[in-house]
Amino acid sequence: MAALVVALVVAFVLSLMVGRTFYGPGEVLGVVLGQDVPGATFTVGRLRLPRAVLAVLAGLCFGLGGVTFQTMLRNPLASPDIIGISSGASAAAAFAIVTLSLDGAQVSAFAIVAGLAVAVLVYLLSRRGGVVGTRLVLVGIGVAAMLDSLTAYVLSGAAQWDLQEATRWLTGSLNGASWSQALPVLVALAVLTPVLLSRSRDLSATQLGDDAASALGVRVDRTRLVVIVAAVGLISFATAACGPIAFVAFLSGPIAARVVGPHGSLLVPSALVGALLVLVADVVGQYALGMRFPVGVVTGVLGAPYLIWLIVRTNRAGGSL
Amino acid sequence: MTTDHSLAVERLTLGYGDRVVVDDLDLVVPPGRVTAIVGANACGKSTLLRSMSRLLRPRTGRVVLDGAEVHRLPARQLARTLGLLPQSPVAPEGITVADLVGRGRHPHQGVLSRWSTADDLAVAAALEATDTTALAERPVDELSGGQRQRVWIAMALAQETDLLLLDEPTTFLDVSHQVEVLDLLTDLNRSRGTTIVMVLHDLNLAARYADHLVALAAGRVHAAGTPQEVLTEDCVRAVFGLDSRVVEDPTTGAPMMLPLGRHHVVGAGTGVGGDAAR
Repeated sequence: MAALVVALVVAFVLSLMVGRTFYGPGEVLGVVLGQDVPGATFTVGRLRLPRAVLAVLAGLCFGLGGVTFQTMLRNPLASPDIIGISSGASAAAAFAIVTLSLDGAQVSAFAIVAGLAVAVLVYLLSRRGGVVGTRLVLVGIGVAAMLDSLTAYVLSGAAQWDLQEATRWLTGSLNGASWSQALPVLVALAVLTPVLLSRSRDLSATQLGDDAASALGVRVDRTRLVVIVAAVGLISFATAACGPIAFVAFLSGPIAARVVGPHGSLLVPSALVGALLVLVADVVGQYALGMRFPVGVVTGVLGAPYLIWLIVRTNRAGGSL
Repeated sequence: MTTDHSLAVERLTLGYGDRVVVDDLDLVVPPGRVTAIVGANACGKSTLLRSMSRLLRPRTGRVVLDGAEVHRLPARQLARTLGLLPQSPVAPEGITVADLVGRGRHPHQGVLSRWSTADDLAVAAALEATDTTALAERPVDELSGGQRQRVWIAMALAQETDLLLLDEPTTFLDVSHQVEVLDLLTDLNRSRGTTIVMVLHDLNLAARYADHLVALAAGRVHAAGTPQEVLTEDCVRAVFGLDSRVVEDPTTGAPMMLPLGRHHVVGAGTGVGGDAAR
């Protein structure tokens, strides 16, 4: 865990240093501390810093929201970006911004309402025969596909067809990141993280099955409700700011489990992994690949093989999705 | 530890949807003893056990623990007195034995409180009692059925409750592991005075290990008392619809039920087993 924090700090500082123009750590530190450094104040202070901060905040949200869903539904495939929650938030945010020309808190409100609505919809559609399991994942994938096409429809119907907007709402992008986008995400994190962490032990008890968790004194239904609302909130706010950055929610938990081992709660490690993923993927996408790719393209390239591997492995083990 | 908790079921009716599973049932659990609940499939025994541990809300009637209605007690407070091992708990993927047993400490920990020495001691004692100390660092997925069941019981022990309910703790175990688990529960009852209530499907093991035997039929108590009082040929016929002979177990003196099928019975056609299969 300490290693994750160190890695995140290093990645954060590096992301401020590298770019078309390289600035040393001294200059970067100067800008962060509010000094006027010629050139760097604009490039680092206005462009790179809000972008890196938004990357970290969104990554924390995706990591935390993702592992919460995976833990609660006892299924690594049941992350909000696979089962349609991110797609719903994204479609709503795109609709609010592109079609209704809203901004700020209104966009976040659209996203969270849509995220919760999708969660309820997927739950209702998959309720028959036990919610946990294959049915929920498959229903969620179907709902996600529908909502993604809705996003594409919203974007293509817009007067100003803009490639940047399109990539943001379809795969997630940090292009044009600003402080005004980062602020709602920060508020969501500040409010919802304590809620989730205070339920962390109850949440891990629910992994033993509803009966066993109740026998340990956990109010299973209440825990589930609180945790879903908080996780959907995190995902929706982050998505409203930078789109559904592909697979970050899905990947963070399993990576965190590899890093910290099976002991203890995965919530905080997964959040850190999420932040690290978004930050590094964004730097790679901007500078390492010859042309600029939005962050979601890079995380998508990472996530897709893992998704395939997971499905193949589950099939081989004779289990269900 | 005290053994004088009173647990009783008063005029309890339970059901799922339109179906009534337990019908106006009364039951008193003798404190500090081992109670076994037996009955045919779908007679409501698991449902009853779930309701006794607050998992299923009664339609009418109530479950009373030390004078308080179980369904009104705060969940965590109840979980410090009364534990339940459900029929098919789920082990999270990759979890180690020690971590799983540690989950039993949940009701003793606050939202912010850290893992304490008391928690460590309880887990160590639970591992020791179930003879699973050597398995502590092993992943639960890799254990045999008998080992796994011992680990689940260890988790319930780490909860340190004075009453422990178990739903078919011997299912899927071979006979030696069944005996091992039941011996373990008897040890627990004798050394700690824990009141044990378990649903069992094997009548003879129930008669051997229980101080108090409860036979359920169609959602009601057909008979309750000592195994000698309850396990009779009439009772087996009424509860299971099976003709049988009940003899004294030569090793323990407990009653032992020998089912009479349509075949393989010496003197079939003359005795009670002649046209036994209904």
